Amino acid sequence: MALAKITSVSGRAVTVPGNDIDTDRIIPARFMKCVTFDGLGEFLFYDVRKNADGTDRVHPLNDARFKAATILISGANFGCGSSREHAPQAIQKYGFKAVIAENFAEIFFGNSVTLGIPCACAKREDIAKISAAVEKDPSTEVVIDVAKQEIRFAGQTVPATFRETARDALVNGRWDAIGELLDGIPAVKETAKKLPYLAA
Amino acid sequence: MPKSLFEKVWSAHTARTLANGQTQLIIGTHLIHEVTSPQAFGMLRDLGLKVLMPHRTFATVDHIIPTNELVEPYKDPLAQAMMDEVRKNCAEFGITFFDRATGKQGIVHIVGPEQGITQPGTTIACGDSHTSTHGAFGAIAFGIGTSQVRDVLATQTMALGALKVRRIEVNGKLRPGVYAKDVILHIIRMLGVNGGTGYAYEYAGSTFDGFSMEERMTVCNMSIEGGARAGYVNPDETTFAYLKGRPYSPKGAAWDSEVARWKSFASDPGCHYDDVVKIDAADIAPTVTWGINPGQGISITENVPSPETATSADDKAGIIEALAYMKLPAGAPIKGTKINVAFLGSCTNGRLSDFQEVAKYIKGRKVAPGIKAIAVPGSQIVALQCEKLGLDKILTEAGFEWRAAGCSMCLAMNPDKLIGDQLCASSSNRNFKGRQGSTTGRTLLMSPVMVAAAAVTGSVADAREVFAFTN
Repeated sequence: MALAKITSVSGRAVTVPGNDIDTDRIIPARFMKCVTFDGLGEFLFYDVRKNADGTDRVHPLNDARFKAATILISGANFGCGSSREHAPQAIQKYGFKAVIAENFAEIFFGNSVTLGIPCACAKREDIAKISAAVEKDPSTEVVIDVAKQEIRFAGQTVPATFRETARDALVNGRWDAIGELLDGIPAVKETAKKLPYLAA
Repeated sequence: MPKSLFEKVWSAHTARTLANGQTQLIIGTHLIHEVTSPQAFGMLRDLGLKVLMPHRTFATVDHIIPTNELVEPYKDPLAQAMMDEVRKNCAEFGITFFDRATGKQGIVHIVGPEQGITQPGTTIACGDSHTSTHGAFGAIAFGIGTSQVRDVLATQTMALGALKVRRIEVNGKLRPGVYAKDVILHIIRMLGVNGGTGYAYEYAGSTFDGFSMEERMTVCNMSIEGGARAGYVNPDETTFAYLKGRPYSPKGAAWDSEVARWKSFASDPGCHYDDVVKIDAADIAPTVTWGINPGQGISITENVPSPETATSADDKAGIIEALAYMKLPAGAPIKGTKINVAFLGSCTNGRLSDFQEVAKYIKGRKVAPGIKAIAVPGSQIVALQCEKLGLDKILTEAGFEWRAAGCSMCLAMNPDKLIGDQLCASSSNRNFKGRQGSTTGRTLLMSPVMVAAAAVTGSVADAREVFAFTN
């Protein structure tokens, strides 16, 4: 199972401001009544993006200037709450390739990495600079350099951090662990012998 | 060297170290439900994989199941499709399924403990963030995403980095009218909704020693609301007494050897903690949330904050956003806020003791006119226990609807939902925008007895006054 080595992600960006943006906001629970992840993209941020009648509300994702964005920028504790993988799935299926935030809730972070979505942590003042540059010129190319742990935009460079295990997994193309976990089954069976409750 | 329970369980379940430095951790018990598992089974089929340990995988239905509709097909075809899918997947892969017909169906975090599947010194995973509930038994329990559900199905492991451990010690006796729910709301208010990122919480101290298993579960359940991926209480005699005789508990000679093994997992005196927090039980009051995350809580006697009293720019922005959504006046008392709906239930507070405590005080009282009040047992077994004791009668005579087991109004994936900007006094765990099914619906989290007090008065009330608690 060869996976892409995700050393950097680049593209236009859009800022969805705010702290503690929870996974219920990213994808409301009623859209999880599904047996596949297909089509989740259109429900991303649905309740803050749409009126009850389905018409658009004022929201960065509805702003024509940012329609081509592939990098999502937000605040602190992004993705808190439910463990639903539907949240990063919706983000990815909407067309985003990476997220920049001050920091991320843990389960969301792990779920995103498994889908090959780099989650870059940046300092608040640096996020403000990126957002300002994008706001000024929506065509600004933002480069998240996973390998070098930096974000480049409009001639500026700011540091970005990734959890080291996540950075390693992304740049070495082992962000989806299933292959490695399957390889480890002999070790699993060995260790399981010492855990009586696992006996069949 | 003395070790914490977390370290011991982690090390006992480590199969090997992966190339990126994460651990391939054995997940001894895998709990699945209808919402986050169908895609995982789809992935298994795509990859041509089998379930490695079907005998360690247990399924139920809770999120989508209607609580006032018992006969299939359900009116909602999407709900029925999810029901059919979990049934089909369990049959195909040889997984035990606690379907309604078994009489053992319920919210996954209630079913595991009551069946004796949840045991000390084990690792547990489930595609649901409230899996931390199982930590009440001295297990390390993780909420996971669907790709990890696939990983656990196929390999009985997942890739994970070790967590730090924060010991949260609560000592002393809780004041009358203060419950386990108030303890965890107090902790989250104090440490913040992301204070636990990177940590497992070890709950300890004399307050927890004196807690029943159900009270411990209420606290561990909401660890994730404080950002902690796992939370646990060290196993003790209370734990073993709860587990004795349950369907999946060890029997005969195995019982004694397992209890001895379970005891060995408890944190050693003098072990290292990455952080320690101490709380005096007497400082905890009946707590109510006023905002849009579980950390935005206040004592029932306090006023809703105003932007002027904010401690930082972030705090100020948070207060402004929350007050606008909640339509609450800044600086006003929370007590007296009119409610529309009262909800008793959920994996946080949908157990026998929750309904017993409410019944004790609501007996002979009536839900205020115009208030929709529903009581939803967390499992079919809880429902039966309540019905045997006549608690359902007490609740229905008071004006509550008595429903069938499920997640119900905690998360709006079934017909139980708020309408418009209804305000709900809720014993559940999340007050996020739109959480209870209406994009403008408003949730106030509180203990079950506080929900009962709000139901009978029609507004947020101090249960200690409404039910004449004596200090």
